[in-house]
Amino acid sequence: MKPAPFAYVRAGTLDDAIRVLDERGDGARILAGGQSLMATLNMRLSAPEVLVDIGRVDDLAGIEDAGDHLRIGAMTRHVEVETSDLVAEHAPLLATAMPHIAHPAIRNRGTFGGSIAFADPAAELPACAVALEARMTIAGKGGRRTVGADSFFRGLYETAVGPGEILTAVEVPKIAPGWRSGFMELARRHGDYAIIGLAAHVAVEGGRFGGGGRLVFFAAGDRPVSAVRTAALLEGAEWSDALAARLADSLTEELDPFEDLNADAAMRRHLAGVLARRTLAPLVSG
Amino acid sequence: MENHVDVSMRVNGSAVTRRIEARMNLVDFLREELGLTGSHVGCEHGVCGACTVRVDGRIVRGCLTVAAQADGSDVWTIEGLSDTGEIRALQDAFVERNALQCGYCTPGMLLTAAELLERSPDASRAEIRRFISGNYCRCTGYEAIVDAIEMARGRGDPS
Repeated sequence: MKPAPFAYVRAGTLDDAIRVLDERGDGARILAGGQSLMATLNMRLSAPEVLVDIGRVDDLAGIEDAGDHLRIGAMTRHVEVETSDLVAEHAPLLATAMPHIAHPAIRNRGTFGGSIAFADPAAELPACAVALEARMTIAGKGGRRTVGADSFFRGLYETAVGPGEILTAVEVPKIAPGWRSGFMELARRHGDYAIIGLAAHVAVEGGRFGGGGRLVFFAAGDRPVSAVRTAALLEGAEWSDALAARLADSLTEELDPFEDLNADAAMRRHLAGVLARRTLAPLVSG
Repeated sequence: MENHVDVSMRVNGSAVTRRIEARMNLVDFLREELGLTGSHVGCEHGVCGACTVRVDGRIVRGCLTVAAQADGSDVWTIEGLSDTGEIRALQDAFVERNALQCGYCTPGMLLTAAELLERSPDASRAEIRRFISGNYCRCTGYEAIVDAIEMARGRGDPS
């Protein structure tokens, strides 16, 4: 199908974009890479009056080493994150996750910030952001503010980005010594949205898990789901079949996944345990 | 606010300028405004890959890109890449290996394969499969397509 008619404004600067959003209110939508937005417009699931293209706002793109964290501009294309040496070194979770995001042609256009701001509950990057305790920078008429990943994702496609605001950058803390990341998802075709997936970020010392690790599932609820009680079982444990069974049992209790054509809730709970085993075992025994 | 926009870009090496509806996507622009019907329209929501074209050196979904976003860009389609001979070895390999039947997916497959061989000239069969995962083919079962890309890879194409 074709989208309903809309007007198009190309923002030259961030201030331009914020001004148009302010003037046009609810009728305006930000166009970043457009890889989710254009699909929904083509299917007429939404019909904004005006698209504000931020694709040429240069200072929104790029990956920067900012000391204890990486600053990833919202307009940074997935392919740039996927091939970044900085990301591979300091945020290996992201590097591992990137090839799972859709397909090459979509990663060439889709943006890091767009995926996070869209907040599809089955998307990879929101879960990674929660696992890594990333911080989102949001700009609007009233200035800039920063929101932690835990309070950024508020529900189905809902984030802390308010009316008239734009996500401008994501600050990703660099991986600390002794920490390891794992990422895995199950999908019927490589690149499709996951039936369920796991972004894990854990401390490992002397063949045992440390404390404070995070197990964040996606396609498991209306937003990224951090399995806090299950992650707490890891502290001090070595890998064993008994641990895998305890994790699987705990996830069955802790997760409350949705049902759809791909899988019912019981299947998702089961697969969560499978993913935990496959993802975590190599982190502590390898 | 105006629902029309002026766009100028280079398509297959030639400068073009048109006034179009802002909602017109890039593949419709190429097909309907410029008559370049080699890029196909399949699902129109980014799943099938039939509309794959090259924008500023990288393949994109023509159905998920508004033509206005490509303003000022350098766009290449199957017509241009055939004329320059850039993907000749891939095309020959597709013919030799019977890597197409109806041909609907073929332009998108060729552009995707060309980018793969440019980025990873030594791509394994598994890597080839992953890279073309966003391009549907309903005829071949993919095996012959993977064979053809592997064959072209050995011939050092594309340049």
